[in-house]
Amino acid sequence: MTDPSFPQSRRDLFKMIGAAGGGAAMYQAMTTLGHAAETQFTGPPRLSGAPKGSSVVVLGAGLAGMLAAYELMQAGYKVTVLEYQDRPGGRNYTIRGGDKIVEVGGATQTCTFAPGNYVNPGPWRIPHHHRTLLHYCKAFGVELEPFIQMNHNAFVHRSKAFGGKPQRYRDVAVDFKGHVAELMGKALNAGSLDDKLTKEDKDKLLVAMREWGVLDKNMSYTSNLAVSGQRGYDKAPGGGVGGAPTPSQVNGLSDVLSSNVWTQMGFYFNYVMQTTMFQPKGGMDMIGKAFAKRLGKMIRYNAKVTEITQNETGVTAVWEDTKTGQKASTSAAWMVNTIPLPVLNQIPMQVGPKLQAAIKAVPFNGQLKIGIEMKRRFWEDDYSIYGGHSFTDQAIGLISYPNNNMFSDGPAVLLGAFANGAGAFQLTGMTPEQRIEAALAQGSVFHPAEYRKEFISGVSLAWSRVPWIMGCTSRWTEESRAAHYQNLCAIDGRIVLAGEHATYYGGWMEGSMLSALDAVERIHKKASAA
Amino acid sequence: MKARLVLGVGVLTLAAATGLRAQDGPGGGPTAVEVASEGREVYEQICQACHMADAKGGSGAGAAIPALAGNPRLADKDFGTTILLKGRGGMPWFSDILTPEQMAAVLTYVRSHFNDYKDPVTVADIERLAAL
Repeated sequence: MTDPSFPQSRRDLFKMIGAAGGGAAMYQAMTTLGHAAETQFTGPPRLSGAPKGSSVVVLGAGLAGMLAAYELMQAGYKVTVLEYQDRPGGRNYTIRGGDKIVEVGGATQTCTFAPGNYVNPGPWRIPHHHRTLLHYCKAFGVELEPFIQMNHNAFVHRSKAFGGKPQRYRDVAVDFKGHVAELMGKALNAGSLDDKLTKEDKDKLLVAMREWGVLDKNMSYTSNLAVSGQRGYDKAPGGGVGGAPTPSQVNGLSDVLSSNVWTQMGFYFNYVMQTTMFQPKGGMDMIGKAFAKRLGKMIRYNAKVTEITQNETGVTAVWEDTKTGQKASTSAAWMVNTIPLPVLNQIPMQVGPKLQAAIKAVPFNGQLKIGIEMKRRFWEDDYSIYGGHSFTDQAIGLISYPNNNMFSDGPAVLLGAFANGAGAFQLTGMTPEQRIEAALAQGSVFHPAEYRKEFISGVSLAWSRVPWIMGCTSRWTEESRAAHYQNLCAIDGRIVLAGEHATYYGGWMEGSMLSALDAVERIHKKASAA
Repeated sequence: MKARLVLGVGVLTLAAATGLRAQDGPGGGPTAVEVASEGREVYEQICQACHMADAKGGSGAGAAIPALAGNPRLADKDFGTTILLKGRGGMPWFSDILTPEQMAAVLTYVRSHFNDYKDPVTVADIERLAAL
């Protein structure tokens, strides 16, 4: 006979802990036992029992706003979403043929990509541990496909390395590893580290260096067939009489160091950059569209919020229809406000000085992306590059190859730039035509014979000039976190902020969604207590 | 005072790099993009991304990028310097992208070319405010 109060499995145990101590206790227990710890997501909130007749107005139909609206709707609130644009998704955005882009300042582009082609100018890759986003994708039937994050056969280019000639990532990464292992071996054998290691560990480390670095019997990193087994051959192994391979020539340490390849190697070690990664089939905005479909007419598009007021019983958003100029207002018991801070800090809003100060304390970075349509997949046909990124220290930052429809004929779209910092400012300050010219000039370094020849058209999104956000990602510092983060997140009367800026996971959709879940749980608790 | 400024710039650069690492980014490490030293060129390479080539800014969703042309607040020499050093609202600080020399050059250009304030902003002005 089994004791019903004794957990039969780990799952039962978690359920018991969850029932006794709530989600946080369960999460902590799971972490202790070696699960989770990959996101703060512990499952959808399953809110219920909204106070009768209670209402919420949500500002912004990006992922944070729509997730908040969806969960509050499930709980029984009457929800209205006000959105400035004529589409849902916010930064969850895909540009396709026929789409028009109008910038602050008036520059206008119309994308001319072939049907089925697109560029994701905002988020474009989803880590496997972003459980909130993946949960809702699965629940809403958003089909995901692999995003090719790491490609050893793509290029690394640095203007002052290898005479400006791009190198295959595989070659320089293997060479870097080999040279470092050789030097480590020399230091160990010279006894330089004897005071840091036991004899036993020193011996193990020497074996590790030899195997990891593919060093020869003299503990040297040299050109040979074993090394070519990692970095590729001069003449690849074949069949029949001419089947014998010949080794490739390793690069010298000095050249390898000048390539800075450790930055890419380190990049792939980042938790958010590790494989497996995903993208929605057909474009990132499939996620925003899936949410919008479930919210239906709750979303009021083309609504420009101009003022926000509140009192003890409710909150009001004053807005204007950008198509008709008609003025209106929407009142509710509560507000979830996801308007990006660069815009929100200029909208009059009746909140306390601490929240006001927090809203003004967070500037935004202004990344820029460019999509370039090419007549054919020369990177696949001529270079054996299937997805992944070629990195450069030029303003464009990288070019990235499409992850879908591999081996197909006809036009395909490359990501021709993902610029940040000074490079993003330089490209943003140009006209759309100048940006494409710069992207072609810089991207040609990787594919000189094909890049201009196969070019059809390009489209750029300069986030600093996007009218509804005027930036891309929030920029916190340790100082501003300490002074303002809690104030930004705290409920002010009837208003709570949510979105990418109200999270420690800035620049990721997961962060926006975690922020929204936290906000609706707190609002629901407060509404239920009222 | 100079040493303090240099230290301040270094710390901010580190903070910015750390901040960016958590967010999505191209992953190629720092770019070799160099900003020019001359005031007009700094304006074209950095400032006009948001403030536009004519320095008239622009409007968006219930918010605007302020005009620098004909802006009476720039009469105060320190007004622009403080913003370049500390940021303001949606605009980030530029102490990790521009040197004090470049800040002085571009502020002098914006104040004299797009406005009529002829007295130059100097490196000493930048350092004085950075040391506060």
